[in-house]
Amino acid sequence: MLIIKDLHVSIGGKEIIKGINLEVKAGEVHAIMGPNGSGKSTLAAALAGRENFEVTKGHVSYLGENLLEMPAEERARKGLFLGFQYPVEIPGVSLVNFMKTAVNEHRKFKGLDPISASDFLKMMREKQDLVGLHTNLTNRSVNEGFSGGEKKRNEIFQMAMLNPVLAILDETDSGLDIDALKIVANGVNKLRTKDNATIVITHYQRLLDFIIPDFVHVLYKGRIVKSSGKELAMELEEKGYDWIREENK
Amino acid sequence: MNETILTPQDISAEWLRLYRDNSDILTKNSGEILNSQRAKALDDFMRLGIPSTKNEAYRYTRVEDYLKGNYDAEFTNDPFKVDLREIFKCDIPELDTHVVLVLNGFYYTDNNPAGLPDGIIVCGLNEASVKYPDIFRQHYGKYAGTETDGLVALNTLFANDGVFVYVPDGMSLERPLQIINLSFSLRNLRITRRNLFVTGDNSSCSIVLCDHTLCAHSYITNSLTEIYAGRNARVDFSRMQNENSLSSQITHAFIHQEESSKVTSNTISLHGGLIRNNFFVRLNGTGCESNLYGLFLGDDNQHIANFTLIHHAMPQCTSNQLFKGILDDNATGSFNGKIYVSRDAQKTLAYQKNNNILLSPAARMNTKPHLEIYADDVKCSHGATVGRLDTEAMFYLRSRGIGEKEARQLLMYAFADEIISKISVSILRERIIGLVDKRLRGELARCNNCDVRCG
Repeated sequence: MLIIKDLHVSIGGKEIIKGINLEVKAGEVHAIMGPNGSGKSTLAAALAGRENFEVTKGHVSYLGENLLEMPAEERARKGLFLGFQYPVEIPGVSLVNFMKTAVNEHRKFKGLDPISASDFLKMMREKQDLVGLHTNLTNRSVNEGFSGGEKKRNEIFQMAMLNPVLAILDETDSGLDIDALKIVANGVNKLRTKDNATIVITHYQRLLDFIIPDFVHVLYKGRIVKSSGKELAMELEEKGYDWIREENK
Repeated sequence: MNETILTPQDISAEWLRLYRDNSDILTKNSGEILNSQRAKALDDFMRLGIPSTKNEAYRYTRVEDYLKGNYDAEFTNDPFKVDLREIFKCDIPELDTHVVLVLNGFYYTDNNPAGLPDGIIVCGLNEASVKYPDIFRQHYGKYAGTETDGLVALNTLFANDGVFVYVPDGMSLERPLQIINLSFSLRNLRITRRNLFVTGDNSSCSIVLCDHTLCAHSYITNSLTEIYAGRNARVDFSRMQNENSLSSQITHAFIHQEESSKVTSNTISLHGGLIRNNFFVRLNGTGCESNLYGLFLGDDNQHIANFTLIHHAMPQCTSNQLFKGILDDNATGSFNGKIYVSRDAQKTLAYQKNNNILLSPAARMNTKPHLEIYADDVKCSHGATVGRLDTEAMFYLRSRGIGEKEARQLLMYAFADEIISKISVSILRERIIGLVDKRLRGELARCNNCDVRCG
């Protein structure tokens, strides 16, 4: 589904990602862990198509196509979803209108007619239940005035609405208490099928107690320095990131 | 062809000539009270002239560039008979508003605002000056002093018609009054419009002004509205400006508020070559509230300027100003906002904000707050921003599959919505939402049923 080959990414002339290789297949869950500043969020945003993130070298194939040539919206319409570490507040844009526009852009891309108002409301309610986002969303602007936990749930809610093929969740666990974490993880698990895949980016091992990864990769200084099964996460938790730093001196 | 460079003095002389050539017919066709103010206006205009950019209030607006050229002027009502209701059909359903039309500054003779409550007067300005001399004399020219701005003097000098509204003490106009100002002629035209709205103690009303050019000729419009709000009056004053890009519009609103009155003004500048709006508010009694809101959208070579002066003359009044603009292409804009707090106006709350988005590298915005405070127990604030569309928000929207164009549209609309949501007349708000949306999409923002292409 996703094949990353020797990817290098620079921001403002500074190289952050220094040659990453990764393959993600349908049905898999990959966890990418690493200390702060290792390039986790840069990798996620570059895959989602953030402008000003300059890919200086390498190739990324997604569903057999060259991902790097597509603008962000096209990547999204083809099923790539980024759950933001810091969801953006957009005053004045209602969440309902935002989601309706997004859902319809996806439908248009698939050659479908816009969703009916009643179907849309039904879908909203269903997906809100899935992630435990029980606040009344009508008349609320995107993320404006949302608590930290609500913002993260809102990300998973949007993911549920858009039903992605490949979801990249960037530190979705940060700032969540254990109950919220369970709800978010539960949402992700319910959306898992054999046809989609998830990349979970996290600093801590605790999220991986709830979303069980098939593979764990450790990112350090812009490179993947270790890859293994889920036991790697446990080992990291035990030994800490100093273990990685020592090994990569 | 050589274009002679005209100075503000040359242009002032041209206007004076126009006045002298036509003063006989002008005074013959106007009521005595209108005429009684011309001598002073003439003196003041001769002294002040057309404001140049050396005048601080006009620093960013070169009015002289817009007030020259070959233009006719009309000094009598109805120079040719047209059925305005045939050529202009506004799509705000008439059932919900009282509608009156004003053609080239003249109150349309076939206006018949039906269903007005007894005692409430809506009629032509000139007609009112003759029919209701007592009320008229008490208020006409009392708020719009001609001593400081040459364009105010010029308006008073040429004033001969417009709309008069009188809401007596304790009465209220339940449905909004909609005044549609139309510019329509066979030649380029100079238009002077003068309105007087008097709202008595404990009265309330909502007035919507719409400015339209109905053909592709060029118009220079000098429009002045005096609003008197009696004690505890509630006045809602909205204006929608939609003129073609050859036309220049200068508006002055003089708002005089007595004790505990509340006046909210909402000005949506959709389109026009030059739009210059001057607001003068005098809070003349304790406990007044003044809200001035404005949204302006400019592209091409348009220039849109808003000037405000809020005078807190008495204690315990509140004023809020919020002006927001989006400028594209080579459009320029300015906001010049002044808050003046007199020595005795303690416990004043005065807020001012101006936010702008520039969509192109050539678009320019000048914003200048000005606070002059002589009382010591006041809360005043001002803030101004000029920026571009938020790139973080753009990426967020696009990462959900929303195309760049649509994402820009959502963000621009969200920016504008803060002003639009303050329009209290719901039917107007609904329509403004549609017009602003179209305007921001680069489609012509004209009324659905209107066949004339403004722009």
